[in-house]
Order: sequence, then C-alpha cells, then structure tokens
Amino acid sequence: MPGHEVAKDDMMIDEYEQKQVNAVPDGFNSQYLKIYYGKLFPYEEMFKWMSYANDGKHPACNQSYFGRREFSFTLDNDVYLRYKTFNSVSELENSIKEKCPVKIDIGPVYNVDPAKRHSYAQSGCYPEERELIFDIDMSDYDDVRYCCSGADVCLECWPLMTIAIKVIDTALRDDFGFNHILWVYSGRRGVHCWVCDGKARRLTNELRAAIADYFRVYKVGNENSHKKVSLMGPALHPFLVRSYTEVLKDFFERTLLSSQKIFSTAERYEKILDMIPDESVTSELRGKWQDNRRTSNAKEDINVARWEQLKHLLQSGKQKMQGLRRCVEEIVFSYTYPRLDMEVSKHMNHLLKAPFCVHPKTGRVCVPIDPNRCEDFDPTAVPTLSTLIEELNNEGLRAEADNDRDRTSLGKSIRFFQSSFLEPLVKSCKEEMISSYNAKLQQSKLQQSKNVLAAI
Amino acid sequence: MLAVRSRKPAGYDDVPTLPLYRSAPALDVRLEEFELFAIDRLRVLKGISDGLSRGKKHEEMEKLVTDLWKTNMRHPQASEDINKDIISHFVLRLVYCRTEELRKWFLSMETALFRHRFRNERPEAQRSLMAEFGLAYKKVDISELESVMDKLTQVARSTSQSLPTADAIFYKVPFAEVPELVGSRRVFISKGHAYIAMSQVVSLVATHFRSHLSKALMLTNRKWTSTIVEQEKNRLTPIVEALSTSYLGPDYSQPKEFAEISLREIDDIAKSSFPMCMRHLFEKLREEHHLKHGGRMQLGLFLKGVGLKLDDALAFWKAEFSRKVGAERFDKEYAYSIRHNYGREGKRTDYTPYSCQKIISSTPGVGDHHGCPYRHFSEENLTAALSRMGVNSRALGDVMSKVRNKHYQLACTLTFEAVHGTSCEAGINHPNQYFSDSQMIMKSKNHSTANDTQMQIESS
Ligand SMILES: [Zn+2]
Repeated sequence: MPGHEVAKDDMMIDEYEQKQVNAVPDGFNSQYLKIYYGKLFPYEEMFKWMSYANDGKHPACNQSYFGRREFSFTLDNDVYLRYKTFNSVSELENSIKEKCPVKIDIGPVYNVDPAKRHSYAQSGCYPEERELIFDIDMSDYDDVRYCCSGADVCLECWPLMTIAIKVIDTALRDDFGFNHILWVYSGRRGVHCWVCDGKARRLTNELRAAIADYFRVYKVGNENSHKKVSLMGPALHPFLVRSYTEVLKDFFERTLLSSQKIFSTAERYEKILDMIPDESVTSELRGKWQDNRRTSNAKEDINVARWEQLKHLLQSGKQKMQGLRRCVEEIVFSYTYPRLDMEVSKHMNHLLKAPFCVHPKTGRVCVPIDPNRCEDFDPTAVPTLSTLIEELNNEGLRAEADNDRDRTSLGKSIRFFQSSFLEPLVKSCKEEMISSYNAKLQQSKLQQSKNVLAAI
Repeated sequence: MLAVRSRKPAGYDDVPTLPLYRSAPALDVRLEEFELFAIDRLRVLKGISDGLSRGKKHEEMEKLVTDLWKTNMRHPQASEDINKDIISHFVLRLVYCRTEELRKWFLSMETALFRHRFRNERPEAQRSLMAEFGLAYKKVDISELESVMDKLTQVARSTSQSLPTADAIFYKVPFAEVPELVGSRRVFISKGHAYIAMSQVVSLVATHFRSHLSKALMLTNRKWTSTIVEQEKNRLTPIVEALSTSYLGPDYSQPKEFAEISLREIDDIAKSSFPMCMRHLFEKLREEHHLKHGGRMQLGLFLKGVGLKLDDALAFWKAEFSRKVGAERFDKEYAYSIRHNYGREGKRTDYTPYSCQKIISSTPGVGDHHGCPYRHFSEENLTAALSRMGVNSRALGDVMSKVRNKHYQLACTLTFEAVHGTSCEAGINHPNQYFSDSQMIMKSKNHSTANDTQMQIESS
C-alpha cells in the first residue's frame, strides 16, 4: 500500500535513548527549533535543489515542477501532515516557520499537485519523479559490532558507514554513471543517499529494484543460518571484486579487526568458525586459539594474529576444496559490506527525511557528508541545535560574519552543499533542459518543413 | 467475419510466429470466441503464475510453458493459431487493464510467456523481432571489447556462463534496458552501460516488450473507463468483468468439502457465519426483494462458493425477486446471469467469488448495497451493524480504530474474533475464507459440546 513509511529510526524508543536525552539536557526543544528555522535553515538552497532548474526563465522550464513535490511534516504533538505542497520558496519558508515541524520528509514529484489528489480521482495521481535514495542504518549491523548496539553509534563502529558510503558511491558513479549524489548524516546512527541525476529521478520502480538488487549480497530470511553472506558461483562479479579489494579488505584488516576485537573471545571467534563449513579446519583453529592465549606475543594484536592464521589455513595450497577459499571473502563481506534498507530504494513513493533537519532525539543537524573525505566525518562533532544557538548568541562572532548562518558551524556544511552538490547539479540540469528543448525545436521544424513539402 | 492480414508470406519459415501485439488487429470476433480464447490464454498465464510461485526451475518452467501453450492455444485449424493468439491477448488486455494489481500480474505473465517464445525462435527470427522493435544497437568494436575483456570474462565466470571469445558479439546498451540482468549481476556495467552477450538479448527484447505492453495497458485502461465500459455494458463489459475475477489466490470457485448448504438453513448460517458484507446484502435482499447488479454478483458468487447449488440458487433469487418484479420478469431478465455465474449459460466456465481486495476497491453508487461495509459504510451505520452482529463495545472500539486507519481487512478480522471468541491468525482475505473459517469453528464447538454430553451420560 503506498503510504507513509515511518523511518525505523524514530520508532524505537528504548532505554538507550532516554539516557542519551538526559545526557544532553539542552539538546532539543521547540524554542530552539523556532530559532533554527527562523535564522539558519537553508530554504533558498533546498528550493533551488528541488526545482532542478525549473525555477528559471527558459521557456522549457516547467513552472509547476516544485509545486508537485510532496513534503510531509511531523509536528511536536505527533501529528503527521502528508501531501503538503508549495509553489514558491516563500510558501515553503512560511509554512515551515509556522508549523515548526520536528521532522520534514520529502516524497516524490507527482504528475499533479498531490495536495489536490482527490480532484484527480479519475485520471489518477501518481509519482512521476523521485531521487534514487538509499538508507543505511547502524542498527542493522548489531551482529557485527561490539562497541554499542541499537540506536548508539561511536567512532569505533562509524567506519561501517564510511565503508558503505565508499562502496555505494563508487558503484553509483563508475558502474551506473550517476554524477549528482548527495550523502547526508541521518542525525543519529546512519546515512542517507540522494541520487539526483535526471535519469535517476525518472527510474521506474522496476529499475530501482534492479539497482537495489545489484547491491544485495545478504541472504533473505537468514536469521537462523550462520552464513549471512552468500557469494555464489566460482568467481565474483567485477563490482564485488572492486569493493573487496579497494575497500572492504583494508577496512576489515586495518580497522575493524582490532577496533571491534572480532577474534578476542571464544564467543566472538566461534561466530566466525561457524561460517567455515569444514570440521577439520575449524577444530584446528579452535585448538590453536584455545592454548595460544598465553604464548602469543603481547605486542601483537590477537585479532590480527588469529585472522592471519585463519587466512593461512584456508588459503594454503593443501586446502583441496575451492569452496573454502571463498570463505575468507565471505567473512570479510559479512563484517563490512553495506546493509541497505532495500524497501526504501525500491519504491518511488517512499519518504525520506530532508537534509538539514534536526534529529529530535540527538539535536544533531542532518548535514551533508563529503564522500571523498568520508573517513574524516565525525558524527559526534556534528553541530547540534544548542551549539548553534550558542554560536548565534555569541557577540564576538557576530562582527566577523555578515550573515547569521556563517557565524555558526552550520555555515561550512551549507557552503559544501552549495559548491559541491547544488551548483554542478543546477548547471547540468540547465544544460540538459536546453539541449532537449533545442532537439524538440529542431524536430518540430523538420516536421513543419515536411508538411510544407507535402502541401506542395 | 475475420479479416486478418496474413502475416506469413508463403515460403518464409524464418518470419517469426511470435506477434509483438503492437496494434490491435482489425478483426471481427465472435462473442463466444472472444471469451473462449481469452479463457484459454488465461489458463496459460495462470499456469505460468502457479509454476513461478511454486519456485519451479528454469528447465521445468520451459517445459511447463511449452505444454501449456500446446494444450490451450492450438486452434483446430492451424492457420487460425495466430489469430487466436492475437485475439486472446487483446481481450485479456481489456480484462487486466483496470487496476494496478491486475496490470502488474498480466504484465509479468505475458512477459514471461514472451521470453519463453522468443528463446524458442530461430536466430534469424530473433533478429527480425529485434528489428521490429527498432533495436538497432551496434556491436561493441574489437578494441573496446579487448579493453573490457577481463571484466566480461569475470562476469561470465561468476555466473557460470561460457567464457567470451575474442570474436564474441556484445552489445552495449543503457543499463535501464536490462533491469533483470543488472539486478542479478549477470552483466558488466560501466558508466551506465551494460555489455550484453548475444545469449542475453532476450532480456533486452523482453524489456521492450514489457514497457510497450505496460504503456498500452494504461491507454487501454483510459479507453475502457472513458468509452468501452458504457458502450459495451450489455455485451462485453459483463464478460470482461467476470473474467477478471478468475485469478489470485485460492479462488473459492469450488465449494469446500463440508460446504453444501440448503435453502432451509441459509438464514441461520447467514447469521452465524457470513461476513458483514454478505450478511448485509443478504438482509437487504430479504427486506427489499431486490439487489442491483453489483450486489447480485457479490452475493451470488459468494453463495456459489459456500456451496449453494445452482437449482437452489435459482429458487432462492426467484423467491425474492418475484415478489418485486414478478416471476416472469425474473425468468426473462435475471435467471440468465445466475446461470452465467455458475457457468451454465453460454460460456462453459466458472466465475470466481470476489476477494476482499476486489470488494474493497469496488465503487458502490446510490442504491447499491455491495462493497465492503468497513470501507463504504458511514461510521454510524457501521457501529450499528457491528452491534447487531454482537460485537461488544470494547471490541467495537478496536474495530473502529482499524477502520479509521483504513485497515479494512484487519477490522473484519477483529470482528470475526469478537463474534467467534477465538483468534484468527491468518487474517481475513476473502469472504469465503471468513465463511469457511467460521464454519470450522462452529463445527468444532458443536462437536465438543456433543462430546461433553456424551461424557456426562457415560459418567452418570
Ligand atoms: Zn560503536
């Protein structure tokens, strides 16, 4: 049923969260939010983005384009307003300022104004365009991280998100040929991706599903099986090979092995031994690891050492079965490969939280992430509502910058959004618009001259 | 009466026998053929659908489809095969154009059928079909092929296909044209282009077939609602509407084993085991001695599904209707459609009881009593109807909250649970399922009370 799908993000209210809210007493309140929407939220930029060059003067501009985009607001009192549409940046701005939504979601562009969908009952109101979107949530990684679980994230597990960004971003650009990709911190424990090229926005649901499946390596309904990843066939697809050699392997061996202490206890290494379908190998390793506790070199990380032993045994020539070589890769994939919420990507009508919203539980702003420098992104250093308000109130900074936003730490994020994403996007939308307009013009001239000839 | 351009010039065996259904044929079709051909094709599509949902392997499917086609689509006169093929396809377009769900199903099954038939054409015919679609892709030239050869080899190895040779033919197409090859990682893609091997061309052609058919179905739908449905309301419309009910899930067209109800018990059973939508129709019929077309279809097919025999059905409807319109008019105007529902009149076929999905999406007008009460009743009427069914006030609140959230089938499920005092894990998806689940519970209750009595007698 096409309908609102509440992000899992906001449905889980557990103890962790309570703690977190208490830990940041000045994190989030509607008074602060009013100031944020009043002085900091980038309305112009959002409008420019969602207009995709249709806000210009060119005759090919579709003036109704922005007005057919669905926005939805979640209000303070849990009231949920769907199918809100706006015809101009000032309408958008006034409505947000008036309602002060704790969350803004963005839906598709419909064939007609979805706010008036009831008057189109006959011809129908259906999504016509929608960015290709991806939603990656840290809580889906709970079986492979030992530092925290559920809603929490820390710098030890955040590299899992870095991996996801690198793998998906590279494939979207190199394999699928997309260029205008925006990565956004979801405000708490994950990332969102917006692919905004014209041909991405016009993808059918079937193609969205195909792209999502291209990224799928996890088995479905695997709760009770040990192997989470199944890399079938005698070889890997070039996309998986590239992801493995360029990203996954390094992150696993250089970062996650020690930071997550993947082999440190029997309970943990047993999970990995479960993925090896050969008794003799697993019992040999288990034997080594059980006595090896005392003899191992104190300087050497035990996780790295055990991984090397495992690899050596599985990849040495004496392993008769080819299948076992694949095990090493399967283990790495299981512990590192991006876990996408497939349903979000597959359907045009799925709503996704707008960038620059403030997460109501953490008070953190959903800022863009630079995929080229995603290793440097620190979710714990993202501006919060209260720090922004402080910065606004700081008289000293007031003199230095000529607008409110530039004297806060949000300024940098908005400038990045503008220069790295928005400007190239609008430029290419304009070019695309003009060239398709000219092609049509040419066509109709040709048609006219044909008609003239026919008349003679 | 059939005026078909011959598609097959004599002596040319390579010309495909597989039509692309690009435009509706200028054919006059006999009404019987209209329906019979469609039913035969529907058997093929349903067979494919069943095969796929049982997870049959590729080779099993190939054999299945070949058999299905042979059994159902051969015309007694071989020369008419192609007409039957084309006519049946276009009739089913009418049938399956009308909702998103129907279109989706038809699109998948027709595409699966097309793929099968395309694969079984000879290469020359395949090429001419590609040309007919205007798929004029250039082969990847030697130097480019060399530069990506290791990737192509990798893909071939990863999918256990035969490895490409240096002179292999590959086409480079936008990835959007081969979604299934992309989704299963069976192609190498680079900068938005997929490199497809000659053996994968079927996917490319199937994509075009599918998108063409998808657009055509939207157009047909528009035409259907704007003109056909009204123009043909006495001729094609009822046939088309009946045909479209014959798919999806267990169709309840054959009564369950214990189900056979007689006219004597029908009032009691209606009270105890009919879902509200049917109970309402039943009561209205008793009250007003009349139901409009939508109501007659919804209730009539349901009664057939619960096991009311044709003769009893005729008697039942006649008893009511004749009090309003007279026996003679009943025989003349209404009896036909009841026999039709049972497949006795004209077409030798079964019509299937409506599912919840269908009932919920129906659009009853003024004077109509069919549809889904949870969806179509006012809150006031619904509350009153629920109380009449014996739903207590606590359960009533739960039901109404489901209704407000538009979860009509859940509302019906809760009603079922309240009325029967047991849980209904599977949920209600079909009025006939409501009925048979209810009967099952009633039977087991009766059974256990009977046993209890027995025990008392023994112990006393
Ligand atoms: Zn952590």
